[in-house]
Amino acid sequence: MIDSKRLTHLDRLEAESIHILREVVAEAEKPVMLYSVGKDSAVMLHLARKAFYPSPPPFPLLHVDTTWKFQAMYALRDRMARESGMELLVYHNPEAQERGINPFDHGPLHTDMWKTEGLKQALNLYGFDAAFGGARRDEEKSRAKERIFSFRTASHGWDPKNQRPELWNLYNARKNKGESIRVFPISNWTELDIWQYIHLNDVPIVPLYFADKRPTVERDGMLLMVDDERFPLKPGEEPVMRSIRFRTLGCYPLTGAVESEAKTLPEVIQETLLTTTSERQGRAIDKDAGGAGMEKKKQEGYF
Amino acid sequence: MTDTLTKTDEPIYKTDALIAQDIDQYLKVHEHKTMLRFITCGSVDDGKSTLIGRLLYDSKMIFEDQLAALEADSKRVGTQGQEIDFALLVDGLAAEREQGITIDVAYRFFATEKRKFIVADTPGHEQYTRNMVTGASTADLAVILIDARKGVLTQTRRHSYLAHLIGIKNIVLAINKMDLVDYDQAVYDGIVKDYTEFANSIGIKAFTAMPISGFKGDNITGPSDNTPWYKGPALIEHLETVEVDQVSDQEKPFRMAVQWVNRPNLDFRGFSGQIATGTVKVGDAIRVLPSGKTSTVSRIVTLEGDLDEAIAGQSVTLCFADEVDCSRGDVIAASDNPPQAADQFEATIVWMADEEMLPGRPYWLKIGTQTVTATVQQPKYQVNVNTMEHLAAKTLDLNAIGIANLSTDKQIVFEPYDTNRTLGGFILIDKLTNATVAAGMLHFSLRRAQNVHWQATDVTREFHANLKNQKPAVLWFTGLSGAGKSTIANLVEKKLARMNRHTFLLDGDNVRHGLNKDLGFTDADRVENIRRVGEVAKLMTDAGLIVITAFISPFRVERDMVRSMMQPGEFIEVHIDTPLADAEARDVKGLYKKARSGELKNFTGIDSPYEAPQDPEIHIDTTGMSAEQAAEAIVARIIP
Repeated sequence: MIDSKRLTHLDRLEAESIHILREVVAEAEKPVMLYSVGKDSAVMLHLARKAFYPSPPPFPLLHVDTTWKFQAMYALRDRMARESGMELLVYHNPEAQERGINPFDHGPLHTDMWKTEGLKQALNLYGFDAAFGGARRDEEKSRAKERIFSFRTASHGWDPKNQRPELWNLYNARKNKGESIRVFPISNWTELDIWQYIHLNDVPIVPLYFADKRPTVERDGMLLMVDDERFPLKPGEEPVMRSIRFRTLGCYPLTGAVESEAKTLPEVIQETLLTTTSERQGRAIDKDAGGAGMEKKKQEGYF
Repeated sequence: MTDTLTKTDEPIYKTDALIAQDIDQYLKVHEHKTMLRFITCGSVDDGKSTLIGRLLYDSKMIFEDQLAALEADSKRVGTQGQEIDFALLVDGLAAEREQGITIDVAYRFFATEKRKFIVADTPGHEQYTRNMVTGASTADLAVILIDARKGVLTQTRRHSYLAHLIGIKNIVLAINKMDLVDYDQAVYDGIVKDYTEFANSIGIKAFTAMPISGFKGDNITGPSDNTPWYKGPALIEHLETVEVDQVSDQEKPFRMAVQWVNRPNLDFRGFSGQIATGTVKVGDAIRVLPSGKTSTVSRIVTLEGDLDEAIAGQSVTLCFADEVDCSRGDVIAASDNPPQAADQFEATIVWMADEEMLPGRPYWLKIGTQTVTATVQQPKYQVNVNTMEHLAAKTLDLNAIGIANLSTDKQIVFEPYDTNRTLGGFILIDKLTNATVAAGMLHFSLRRAQNVHWQATDVTREFHANLKNQKPAVLWFTGLSGAGKSTIANLVEKKLARMNRHTFLLDGDNVRHGLNKDLGFTDADRVENIRRVGEVAKLMTDAGLIVITAFISPFRVERDMVRSMMQPGEFIEVHIDTPLADAEARDVKGLYKKARSGELKNFTGIDSPYEAPQDPEIHIDTTGMSAEQAAEAIVARIIP
């Protein structure tokens, strides 16, 4: 009988995440959930719905948009906001919009202005003092050492040398003036945990995670999907229909696809388990500034 | 040498064939995995990072692109020559990678068919006691690494003591680098014998020893041909099968700290929290603490539908059959076996801040979902983590561990830490900086809290005040030395006396000749000085007096503490605001001169800070008025 009562690893992860979500709601003045529409965000949103059921999660969703996400992401975003009964805030950095910043012409400036600056602007505009993010510690080395409650200065900088110790399940959410907190409720989940949880709980995710025939071009060793007519084809470039899927989702011109036939969730998990490259490999952003790229970005205020 | 770390290995728990053959079946198996959180203790020299790197590598947690990056990094900054330096995989932040040390707690993940593992990786350096305690607080098990060539070292004792202190019951003694002692059983047996003696002496009842080589892979995933004399489990086998505390927690009485009250509409009121211990069923009788009100559980609500039963570790929402007052910070417990509430305790305290502990200073104490104000007394003793000796201590510095009594401003629901980690483990938070400055573990409540009852007196404070025909108050003067506090306070008292008011002036210098003559001028003593004066002033307001105090009282937190001791409206903070240059130029007692010359230490304004009030009831700018005018202004404010 004892056996049937044993909590599985997913039970324990879920309980921990729900505990974190509730602590923030109890102690922060104005929390928000950063929603990027990826699979990690999907799980985080599902956990929030569980944590506060039958109430809707008592905070809005914030999408810091770049206008360059996949169309399928915008569709799921709007659907999930409706279904969860939560307010959806979409923020566009007005300066980036005005200057027409895009990933094709502006390189790293695109991420910097739309995402890093956009996030800071949005948080300041609404005065949110705690923002949930779907980052996981297994994604990247600097994240492995980041706390679940991660404090940011008034200018949104991160000081990795000056983090508060986190003991047991006791979180100190007290802020100094001007500080805000990034909270990572799924810190202890791995990519495989996320997939298993989606599978077990039928969590809705963007169809791009599943293989389908899609128009693609190959550039700098990455397979890019031509998601809309804004994609500037180089002379001689011709979109080719390939059966592809995505392991992570971001701005479509920056997100590499993998060729795949995995059309169902179990097939996707199977492929994930058999693959030999890490999930962030498809993202251009980690490759800046050598191994310390992400750490540097975080100190500057990237989520 | 490098071949042991390349892809020639086929660890038994690596990707199994089932993934390729029948993914649905594979997923079913893996849905029933359990989780084990453990901590690895040891220094870089013990091969800790190499061991963790190997666990990740063997369980396929290192991908090709990461391996390529690792190979490149190893050549650039590695300490293993041209070989792969697994420490680089495990060490995270840029700054410390360059220094070649791990300075913080990092969490790593890997999984086998039976379990998911979360590894807290903490450094072995002495100054990082705080990190190890942090990593250990969530661990089910500790792996203590020993270099077979060196045996039981001071740091082995330290790590074991800390793991035991934080209540880890499963201890693995991994005797590493066996390849470097030719897999000699005698070396292994000698170390086990030494360790057994030590473990017994500090109360560790059981541990599991094993001979391993993280570098060569011996006894990591399966039995090694190099140690035929060792019959015990390999490290992974042990980690996969060892019983976790979670199971024993279920057998304890039910307790859940309320995090959040869920009230979407008038028809629903649920209490959300994570069950600390025990199980709860629909129909169970429960008691809400500290109020003691009882009810029964009517529903256990989740998004997927109601449950009949929930167990320790789960996050749930409970509804009651009756309307019972219950809010964040309360504890819901089995009705027939509830925990106690108290406000005075003995506790172990691990100090985690650069600034030393100040006995008597109020800190926030967070335990479960309760946050209260607590003051810690001077430690009974400090423990030397290397020798386990008890040392006399007046305070606790960074990484110091001490035993001390503490008191809270209201009763908290608790259980001894060794019975219940959730209701016995707490953190202390600095009220000014909001930093987490300490972790602590409650031992027991002091009987005093239960047995000393408030003596109700028939002649009440109202009666005293009416007799004197006045409203009691505390005029709390604060300001730099030489600002004019005593002069102005004296004038205020004279004016009040002429108006037939019953007053009493408590002067800093005078009190230090009597009541507080045992106190010096360290930060800790200043805090205690103000606490005592506050208590005396409080008794005098009970007697109906208008109390005037003249103390530098440099710290905001202590002034706020005294404010919180008084009835609302009775504490009147008077800031005698004189620029430092003016006070120093005046230097009536010649103290600034002494402080400047270094003859006098801890002098406010010179080498000790003054925290000016942010919003005092009365602000006196001495550059714009005489002492007489100031006194006039103050009296006008309090006697309408």
